[in-house]
Amino acid sequence: MDLKTLTYVVVGLSFALYIGIAVMARAGSTKEFYIAGGGVHPIINGMATGADWMSAASFISMAGLIAFLGYGGSVYLMGWTGGYVLLAVLLAPYLRKFGKFTVPEFIGDRYYSQTARIVAVICLIFISFTYVAGQMRGVGIVFSRFLEVDITTGLIIGMGLVFFYAVIGGMKGITYTQVAQYIVLIFAYTIPAVFISLQISGNVFPQLGLGGHMGDMFFLDKLNKTVTDLGFSAYTTGNKTMIDVFCITLALMAGTAGLPHVIVRFFTVPKVHDARLSAGWALIFIAILYTTAPAVGAMARYNLHATVNSAVATGGDVFAPEASLQGEARPDWMKRWEKTGLIRWEDKNGDGRIQYYNEKSKNPEFLAKAEAAGWKGNELGSKGKDGKFEGKVDNDIMVLANPEIAHLPNWVIALIAAGGIAAALSTAAGLLLVISASISHDLLKGVFTKNISEKNELMAGRIAAAVAVAIAGYLGYNPPGFVAQVVAFAFGLACASLFPTIVMGIFSKSMNRGGAIAGMLTGLIFTLTYIVYFKRDVLLSMEKVPDSQWLFGISPEGIGVIGMILNFTVAYIVMKMTAPCPEHIQHLVENIRYPRGAGTAQSH
Amino acid sequence: MSSPQNFNPKAYWSATLKLLITTLVIWFIVSFGAGILFRDALDSFHIGGYPLGFWFAQQGSIFIFVGLIFWYAKRMDKIDREHDVHED
Repeated sequence: MDLKTLTYVVVGLSFALYIGIAVMARAGSTKEFYIAGGGVHPIINGMATGADWMSAASFISMAGLIAFLGYGGSVYLMGWTGGYVLLAVLLAPYLRKFGKFTVPEFIGDRYYSQTARIVAVICLIFISFTYVAGQMRGVGIVFSRFLEVDITTGLIIGMGLVFFYAVIGGMKGITYTQVAQYIVLIFAYTIPAVFISLQISGNVFPQLGLGGHMGDMFFLDKLNKTVTDLGFSAYTTGNKTMIDVFCITLALMAGTAGLPHVIVRFFTVPKVHDARLSAGWALIFIAILYTTAPAVGAMARYNLHATVNSAVATGGDVFAPEASLQGEARPDWMKRWEKTGLIRWEDKNGDGRIQYYNEKSKNPEFLAKAEAAGWKGNELGSKGKDGKFEGKVDNDIMVLANPEIAHLPNWVIALIAAGGIAAALSTAAGLLLVISASISHDLLKGVFTKNISEKNELMAGRIAAAVAVAIAGYLGYNPPGFVAQVVAFAFGLACASLFPTIVMGIFSKSMNRGGAIAGMLTGLIFTLTYIVYFKRDVLLSMEKVPDSQWLFGISPEGIGVIGMILNFTVAYIVMKMTAPCPEHIQHLVENIRYPRGAGTAQSH
Repeated sequence: MSSPQNFNPKAYWSATLKLLITTLVIWFIVSFGAGILFRDALDSFHIGGYPLGFWFAQQGSIFIFVGLIFWYAKRMDKIDREHDVHED
């Protein structure tokens, strides 16, 4: 069977599975629609959380980011896992005890304020749509490359599928679909990684293979030598400043813990005890992928260099003319991926060969050698937004093309396609559900039409989900920046707005309405402004502001930390100046601090 | 929802906070400490082909996070039972 047919079969079978599950697990009540009935086993919930959590960015972009950032990529590994520790100890058990349906509902009740609830809904919608845009773009990429349909068609198929099981099934449908999607995506990710680890260092576990031998030297030493020989910074030291690494990691951790679609998953387990355990299970399922990713990234980087420059593998002179790959002889995968624009070759010195190196190297000795060899600039990159050559290979290619780069069999490539789509769809569905829940439950039921019947609320939730799917599709068609970059914004916003407000709501009995609202708004507006200002080249196609102007040298990805500090500070000052928190709210806070009497989640 | 009899909220909460702080200190040391702040110093040691600081940043911290959450959950169960606020 040829690759295309095989891919259609594998992806088609996975879709049939999701649809079958969605039909069997459709929601009949608001409780099933919002929190899957509240009786999900912690291990099942952990698996669903894993799929919910691991997005197109985790699946498609993360290993690529690590590949090109080296040590700098650790921010994603630590950041996107460490947040679960914060969730387990700071948020999940207490929010589960509180026992409501949505995050804004907690904020509205705890801060006895409809305004606070509406502000929380605004934060949630900002965060979730920013995030969902990245997922839809991921769906588009996978469809267009693997199924060779155009991006629009791919998006429509993806949206149709999400529409079907999110709208019909609600949280209950999503939970069980996500379990299936987790299984598809984890096999799709680990199987190629195992093959590649076996090829490179002979170890079946990629986690160990990365630290293993390649020939007579350690693989990581070989990789360090390879990349420094080509003018890049050493793989294990990376190229970000310490303060930036620190802030990005913290922003991703607090952001993870503040993302509404993740928090809401802990409302679906029966007990407080289960909420704590479920965070641990979720992290086990996530760690299987996240500890594999550094090996995938490093090995893909090595394979790419070894493909383009034969001296990398033999240990010969990388500057020798015959070491560079002849353009005509470039492998088929490169030609196939050139159609997507993710990779591109431009013969700058007209020698018919591909030179791939760091033309911006700060090492004068290296640059002199490159010049002496007749290299006139890096020739391998991707297609930029303006259609011109961009001197950087796209991150996303590293996972998607990895099996082809490593000459793995066709069924592995088909599996990667199914896995990428599963990762994107599961996260998109989770996000669309929290958006629709906050519109039907927080805005309609909570604020505007309080006496709405359960049946109408359920209908409103489904309509809101449908509208959200349509908007998400548009954002995927016209995406603001590339997948992982867009997702990083969602974290900054969650870190600066929702996370501090929820934490204060649990750990401070005196934090009041005014403080919470002022803090949330400050965190949200500051972080949003900073990101838009420094990313205006990506977001608004304006001229880029130089990185030298960053506040304290903190990149837009890490600025959520400053937003969080501002949130806490402003909240404290405003609290001191406004009326104290009422007695009954202090009792409420006391009550959520111990587990007994959690019961099942309640509506009003 | 009334609180259980003989329940001392202050004692329960301070036991909870103590465990919470211990957990977060470990969380901080293995990630921000070993993986970022003291990475350079740790990189002079190796386990297998991994420089130690790099290992903490890319693998070790994640393994420890997983263990940490289960350890925390177990200790919290014990605190809940000691203070008689555990769920039925």
